[in-house]
Amino acid sequence: MDLFEYQARDLFAKHGVPVLAGEVIDTPEAARQVTAELGGRAVVKAQVKTGGRGKAGGVKLAADPDDAVEKAGQILGMDIKGHTVHKVMLAQTADIADEYYVSYLLDRANRTFLAMASVEGGMDIEEVAATKPEALARIPVDANEGVTEAKAREIVEAARFPAEITDQVVDVLQSLWTVFVKEDALLVEVNPLVKTAEGKVLALDGKVSLDANAEFRQPDHVAFEDKAAANPLEAAAKAKGLNYVKLDGQVGIIGNGAGLVMSTLDVVAYAGEKHSAVKPANFLDIGGGASADVMANGLEIILGDPDVRSVFVNVFGGITACDAVANGIVQALELLKSKGEDVTKPLVVRLDGNNAELGRKILSDANHPLVEQVDTMDGAADRAAELAAK
Amino acid sequence: MAIFLTKDSKVIVQGMTGSEGQKHTRRMLASGTNVVGGVNPRKAGQKVDFDGAEIPVFGSVREAIDATGADVTVIFVPEKFTKSAVIEAVDAEIPLAVVITEGIAVHDTAAFWAYAGAQGNKTRIVGPNCPGLITPGQSNAGIIPADITKPGRIGLVSKSGTLTYQMMYELRDIGFSTCVGIGGDPVIGTTHIDALEAFEADPDTDLIVMIGEIGGDAEERAADYIKANVTKPVVGYVAGFTAPEGKTMGHAGAIVSGSSGTAQAKKEALETAGVKVGKTPSETARLARELLAG
Repeated sequence: MDLFEYQARDLFAKHGVPVLAGEVIDTPEAARQVTAELGGRAVVKAQVKTGGRGKAGGVKLAADPDDAVEKAGQILGMDIKGHTVHKVMLAQTADIADEYYVSYLLDRANRTFLAMASVEGGMDIEEVAATKPEALARIPVDANEGVTEAKAREIVEAARFPAEITDQVVDVLQSLWTVFVKEDALLVEVNPLVKTAEGKVLALDGKVSLDANAEFRQPDHVAFEDKAAANPLEAAAKAKGLNYVKLDGQVGIIGNGAGLVMSTLDVVAYAGEKHSAVKPANFLDIGGGASADVMANGLEIILGDPDVRSVFVNVFGGITACDAVANGIVQALELLKSKGEDVTKPLVVRLDGNNAELGRKILSDANHPLVEQVDTMDGAADRAAELAAK
Repeated sequence: MAIFLTKDSKVIVQGMTGSEGQKHTRRMLASGTNVVGGVNPRKAGQKVDFDGAEIPVFGSVREAIDATGADVTVIFVPEKFTKSAVIEAVDAEIPLAVVITEGIAVHDTAAFWAYAGAQGNKTRIVGPNCPGLITPGQSNAGIIPADITKPGRIGLVSKSGTLTYQMMYELRDIGFSTCVGIGGDPVIGTTHIDALEAFEADPDTDLIVMIGEIGGDAEERAADYIKANVTKPVVGYVAGFTAPEGKTMGHAGAIVSGSSGTAQAKKEALETAGVKVGKTPSETARLARELLAG
């Protein structure tokens, strides 16, 4: 989960990374009071989870409280790369003498954590990495040893931070490591880390991405969810404990196992090339169990998607027995009917693996007018695409 | 022969007394696996009856090894205890630890992986968030159904559980030497490359099927490895061509970030290394058949 800048800033402050005072607001009028409290001047910054907001006009300097109201009004509601601005952060202003970059992230390839640091801050770090790789220090960090003072000094030296701020940057690096570990982050980035005219080092802007798998020990992280931006179908699926991602096609997909479902999306997209370019409408992994309840919940979400014109249920019974899946489908259709949500879209079902014949027989016997069985994944994908194209 | 797991493997189960652990220990025993014990410090000294087979519970991995000579552990403990379970297995220097548990925090996996490295990598870790591995007809360490296919000469390595089953099913008449599910998390122990290396050296494997998916660059690195080191034919499949950027597709590691981790880039890297890559699982199976037929 990627956080907004103001959320990242709050986590920085919580763990002792020096930041400027600031507050987040969602109406222009609120800017007056906040700006007054910040000393009469403020930087007004759009809160969006994408880069390049400065170039897009999403960061403006307000000279006084009235100006802050005007600038906040200009930025709120703005569209930045498809993201609508619902909130702005007002931050204290600072005289910036120099800009740097520091981050910690997961290095998947080397299965370790990585510190990155550069004295060329304030710009797109991917650009620095591409055009001036020697200016970006990369230091592996052992997950168990962490960023000790010695490790922080190694990073500072590798990135060639100026001598007069070495101690401050060492402190920032250690506090930032605390954010990374204590918050179960996959990425913490400060860009820019600045030196003010007075020689003080501050985190001026930051990015944090949190590990969803750590929710069991991070109960506070739920509060960071951006419910306003969530797709309503995705939100409904999440509430039912389903692993669902909304896509922009017409063939609803239900399958078991993340890999098989990803593969199903691809196979449907290929089949769609022959059928009016229909595409998969969603990713939905119902996992190993595939009980009637889970199937009913899944079907309910997918049938509630107005873009869906046909549904492809693709199950390979590994541990799950296909007869249980078939019973799940039959019961799910009855369950939906009893709730008054009559199913009007055709379902193509492919069952293979454990007890597949029994499962197929259950569906044949149920003889539901909208359920059609096809024996192979490719064949079923083709049929589902054909039905969606009609 | 086969890789990592044979009929001589002596398997213990960490978390055997939990519901998932019990269910799958029963299945492992039913498929002929030599399960010699379970580990649970609170139930040490007890025995668990699995349809007539009395399996002893030990207080620690070390005790289980000392009593039984176990050389494989399968880990089913809940996600919040998995890190300490793996570290216990590493401390006991068991040669193979198969971590089935899903939903483990990346900081935990990174920590036990770094710990295993600091101890000299004496324990091969498979997973986490994986179905384990099976050498059909010999042994089954994990949750892969044993009745899909039979012993044969194809080696399979896959990030995905259900795609492993699908591929085993597609090629069930030919059979497999060993099938290894390495898992779809961002940090995993055994990689595609580790399995490729072992299959290349395994006299019982004639052809390797490699299944990848979006996220990271493991497939690209495997492609480089194949080009330089693998003489046996390799057939590949990559899932997730239609996955949108920035969305996690079920597996924690299955995410396209910016322009990196795309299925297209992985497919191209594999093809450049001479790997035949199927567009669908069934086409992948057909390519394997053609190569085996010569």
